Amino acid sequence: MDSLLNPDRPPLFCPGCSHDRSVHVLDRALQKLGLRGSEVVIVSDIGCSGLFDTFFNTHAFHGLHGRALTYAAGIKLAQPDLKVIVTMGDGGLGIGGAHFLAACRRNIDLTLLVLNNFNFGMTGGQFSCTTPEHASVSSSFLNVLEKPFDLCHVAACAGAPFVARSSAYRKDLPELLKQAISYKGFAVVDIWGGCPARYMKKNPLSPKEIEAAIEKLPPYQGVVSTNVRREYSSHYREAAARDRGEVHWQGTERIFEPTVRERREVVFLGSAGQRVITAGGLLGRAAILAGMNVSQKNDFHITVMRGPSVTEIIVSPQVITYTGVEQPQVIIALAHEGVRRCWELFEKMKKGGQIILTAGVEIPPSHGEILEVDFKAAGIKKKEMALAALYLLAQHGDPITAEMLEEALKQTFQGKMLEEARLVMKKAAAIPI
Amino acid sequence: MGALYGGCRFFASYPITPASTLLSVMLETLPAVGGTVLQGEDEIASIGYCLGASMAGMKVMTATSGPGLSLYSENISFAIAGEIPIVIVNIMRQGPSTGSATRGADSDVQFMRWGCSGGLPVIVLAPADVSDCFTLTVHAFNLAEKFRCPVFIASNKEIGMTSQTLDMERVEKPPIVDRTFHESGPFLPFQANRGEDVPAFLPIGGPILVRQTSSTHGPDGYITTDPSEIQSGVERLQKKVEANIASFSYFDLEEREGARTLIVTYGITAGAARAAAAELFERQNIPVSLLVLKTLWPVPEQVLHASAAGMERILVVEMNLGQYVQEIRRVLCNQRVDFYGKMSGQLISPSEIIEEVLGG
Repeated sequence: MDSLLNPDRPPLFCPGCSHDRSVHVLDRALQKLGLRGSEVVIVSDIGCSGLFDTFFNTHAFHGLHGRALTYAAGIKLAQPDLKVIVTMGDGGLGIGGAHFLAACRRNIDLTLLVLNNFNFGMTGGQFSCTTPEHASVSSSFLNVLEKPFDLCHVAACAGAPFVARSSAYRKDLPELLKQAISYKGFAVVDIWGGCPARYMKKNPLSPKEIEAAIEKLPPYQGVVSTNVRREYSSHYREAAARDRGEVHWQGTERIFEPTVRERREVVFLGSAGQRVITAGGLLGRAAILAGMNVSQKNDFHITVMRGPSVTEIIVSPQVITYTGVEQPQVIIALAHEGVRRCWELFEKMKKGGQIILTAGVEIPPSHGEILEVDFKAAGIKKKEMALAALYLLAQHGDPITAEMLEEALKQTFQGKMLEEARLVMKKAAAIPI
Repeated sequence: MGALYGGCRFFASYPITPASTLLSVMLETLPAVGGTVLQGEDEIASIGYCLGASMAGMKVMTATSGPGLSLYSENISFAIAGEIPIVIVNIMRQGPSTGSATRGADSDVQFMRWGCSGGLPVIVLAPADVSDCFTLTVHAFNLAEKFRCPVFIASNKEIGMTSQTLDMERVEKPPIVDRTFHESGPFLPFQANRGEDVPAFLPIGGPILVRQTSSTHGPDGYITTDPSEIQSGVERLQKKVEANIASFSYFDLEEREGARTLIVTYGITAGAARAAAAELFERQNIPVSLLVLKTLWPVPEQVLHASAAGMERILVVEMNLGQYVQEIRRVLCNQRVDFYGKMSGQLISPSEIIEEVLGG
């Protein structure tokens, strides 16, 4: 196959830069694989490694510093047959550390070439995450204080199934890159080279010295057998295909006559575990069955299993404009956590309002008519309280009736859940009022 | 639903309250129709996945809230510079900073417009209710495709985490627009055809080579240092969005005869404003007009001028300490513009708006 290098844009690295060599090595690897330019995308990072895409007649994507792996993953998932090669420096590796770890864990079929020259060449030779502690760089003493990391070791620990380290000067590097590119999964090649403009000025680094330094490190030569597993994008497509089908948006048919003529605001004030939001949802569904408009707004702690649980339901035959509560018609006070959260709500209640109050819960004075209920004495458990209170509300017929609630239950629950809900209704019906 | 209808087939986001619901819903629906949903390792990655997939030809969307939007910033500039279509849903929550994760506010109204380098325009659409969420999301995909730029859906926790009934038969379903593909002749990735401002698209991965770059580039997608080429490039990016604002100025205007005050609002506060204006008229016989803006950026200046003509007072109401009112004051500089807003995490109620109208 022919070279994929762009004859109009020859590499223009500094004299003696190992990147120049790496460009030609990559080209040879692509030739060995017999790839056409349209079958390859080079996704390049920022820094000198970010110039790589411009030297090739392939698809090219040059983006932000450290984020090349993210673009590459998006491209691969959208174009599964494309060979996606990422070029990145040690700088990009450091700033994009989270993406590097995620790529290793995820195992999308990408090839990452880290053009590792131990410093930020383009910005003035500052230290990177791979700069040796003893090196003299333009970041004064800062690199002395930090431990460089072995990216091959990190990649292997994070789950990359193909990890290799090589000097940019090694003769068989094209063959290694060929293996990396043809590997079906995430392949990382750590390519060591020298930056003559910055790093090598104070830290002479010959090809031999690079070779010797690599020799001292644990060898990474390709497949990491313990990490070998299925490639992500093909696995993804297979998993997604299993539950493939049409998405149906089920509407709800009106089967009851509207029960109210004006907007109603119902608020449940409870605590986590009382199934307040479920009860609110049932109330909403029941109202929808009568062709009414409904909104439901919830308030709970981010620690969802503790603290107040509040749900506000608005039921209206007219379009609901304001989704907040201005004047509640019904307050269902189930626990002091919720009551305390909405203390001022009671003041807003007008005459004719109704309060269903759990015995023992303190509430502020209001104009509402209070129905105090001892749920505990009726054998109603904490998780059944909101539903039991909803049953009592439905007995009242405003804004939903008992028939509407029964239908909403049937549409919401099946099997054992439905039986349990009906049992709660039974217990609620037996409450002496 | 709007995203699915609008053609979205790739979604990536990082979990954040109050936008996580979108991740769950997209995961339930998109893979089932052959689409892809990713949970990114962070927000930067999430938008990065989307930009890659968009350049490979897919319609893409991501969703976040204020703290995540900060992390999107650099990639938003990239989407502007690289002309990469993307829909960004911002379910705004109360800020600054981590703020209150489960409290609503219109925190990011200026941030969405100005929160990235370069200062070039983006499109921001603000739904007022669940029906708008559908329609404006379809518009957002259409606009992103048509103008090849980021389009925001400026939602609010109070919309994103509130369930509401919706009569799908009454919801406006705009026709779908796809990006214009290059058809014949030599392809230059950033060359707009004569008389047009938006370059035709080809996907990365097709038979014709495509270049994408975040660096300042000429029509060929290679870095340029030619000042006139740079200037004409950024001017085109500005013009392609701003010159076409008339074609996507979405709004509702409730005009009442004899009104001397115009309430201007957007987003979730529109509901309270509608209720307030209706009550003032029906119970107190005070006519007040109401403008609900659904396109926030670019600022629909013609709509503002036309709606405010002859009004003695403009009352801008928003769930923050006064962000979009700056634009209204700039545009309606010869009229009295008052502001009412709060960022306490609570909705602005109809009675508060009535009080402001009567107190003015």
